[in-house]
Amino acid sequence: MSSIILAIETSCDETAAAVVEDGVKVLANIIASQDIHRRYGGVVPEIASRRHLENIGPVVQEALDQARISPAGVDAIAATYGPGLVGSLLVGLSYAKGLAFALKKPFIGVHHLVGHIYAGFLEYPELPLPAVCLVASGGHTSLFYLVSHEERYLLGSTRDDAAGEAFDKVARALGLGYPGGPELEKLARNGDPQAIHFPRAWLEEDSLDFSFSGLKTAVANYLRQRKEAGLEINLSDVAASFQEAVVDVLVGKTLKAALKNMAKSILAVGGVASNRYFRFSLKRSAREAGIPVFIPHPVYCTDNAAMIGCAAYYQYLRGQFSSLDLDAAPGLPLEVL
Amino acid sequence: MLVLGLETSTAAASVALVDGDGLLGEMFFNTGRHVSRQILSLISLLLKQTGVEFEDLEGIAVALGPGSFTGLRVGVATAKALSHASGKPLAGVPTLDALALNAAGVTGLICPVVVARREEVYTALYRWQEGRLCRLIPYQAVTPASWVGYLASYNEPVYFLGDGVQPFEESWESLKEKAVFLPPENSFPRAAHIARLGRERLSRGERDDIFQLKPLYLRPPAAVYKEL
Ligand SMILES: [Zn+2]
Repeated sequence: MSSIILAIETSCDETAAAVVEDGVKVLANIIASQDIHRRYGGVVPEIASRRHLENIGPVVQEALDQARISPAGVDAIAATYGPGLVGSLLVGLSYAKGLAFALKKPFIGVHHLVGHIYAGFLEYPELPLPAVCLVASGGHTSLFYLVSHEERYLLGSTRDDAAGEAFDKVARALGLGYPGGPELEKLARNGDPQAIHFPRAWLEEDSLDFSFSGLKTAVANYLRQRKEAGLEINLSDVAASFQEAVVDVLVGKTLKAALKNMAKSILAVGGVASNRYFRFSLKRSAREAGIPVFIPHPVYCTDNAAMIGCAAYYQYLRGQFSSLDLDAAPGLPLEVL
Repeated sequence: MLVLGLETSTAAASVALVDGDGLLGEMFFNTGRHVSRQILSLISLLLKQTGVEFEDLEGIAVALGPGSFTGLRVGVATAKALSHASGKPLAGVPTLDALALNAAGVTGLICPVVVARREEVYTALYRWQEGRLCRLIPYQAVTPASWVGYLASYNEPVYFLGDGVQPFEESWESLKEKAVFLPPENSFPRAAHIARLGRERLSRGERDDIFQLKPLYLRPPAAVYKEL
């Protein structure tokens, strides 16, 4: 018997709803992006919360329509409960709990990062375990060791900026719009990644932690020094060299984690995993090391509800349901997953 | 008409069930607990204790604010979802209307004041006339100092109520004997009044579009403020 889950994700500025069958079949995956934040150069929490409250009903309805299913036809309702922006989380969570209550269906609260990890299982349910998984986005940069669907460990995390955050900040320094990641990637395509040597923070010998704030400062210093000296700045070269430094560390640490833990595969998810240069570099290095790599389609890398529906499916199979008293947990720690 | 009311626009949360003109049940908690943690449990308990099944409800009413942005998000999102899942009609009710009903029957002006950030209050002005509440001015966010200046132009008693009474008592007391304070039990809007006012709207055939309904924030987000 198949299980159909309606999932909602509103942890940041995307209002998303999806209908997922048996954790693999995406019957609908609707994402309403809030372009309004561009003009503020970043997500404004109060604006995001208000938009979510306006978008959530139509987005859920569109997902149901596209999946050709009535609310009563779903087997469970899932939603992200943290980490994220509290006002944003509360809208999706309250909506999901309200639906579950009225429909008398089980409710499943999902950790946002577990959602990102399950973007991998959504597309590759058979990916070989144990695996090492890199989650790299605007809010997070962490490495996990996935033993089974019940057991996973945090191997390392960023000590300051997330990788995607570094992309956004450097993009801003280069005068690009928000969100900066995709813009910077475009600019870097015409640049020489070896033109400027920016520092890589490898940290202590055995550390799987990350640090990107030094790199961000190095780029800012470079730009300032060139400007003060009246020298020309090749923005494409700066973008390419910066991207190279970030990707170098992300790929290097992921490979190191996989080899150290004798992982059977590598999974990369999160917004940064939709960066083409990163995808190419990780695949090349992993091929050399003889480890298969799995990276979901870009639409499942950035925030979406299908990944939440997939994560919820494995919780559903274990009977791991949540109480309707579940509150939003904006600072939900990584260790909880 | 059996209507469920939700009120989450202040630090307190309440739920109520009205049937026709009568109140079947009401629960109110002012414990500072997160509203999102308790709202569905309260509804569940209310239905259980009144012996009503969710399916039996004929409408849902929700407080629209002004008030706590967080509280309103939880209340309005929950109410929209209940309506979305069941097809039951939804009616939004301004919080200050419900709060003013706590002073029903007095002779004079009724002035509900709800704390807003930035040292302001959300308020409006009402009069009880021929068994009905009449609102005299639009809902607004004002500083207590400017608001009492305006109220002083009326030559009649002003009945203050709401969680904005105590923090700004000195301002209200500047109206001297014209300022009248209701007991603290009347400080919070009640779901019973939300349900009653919502039922009135629903029985007139007015239902809100759940895809369009928005809280009454009365204020733009802070980022937009800076732009203006
Ligand atoms: Zn994310």
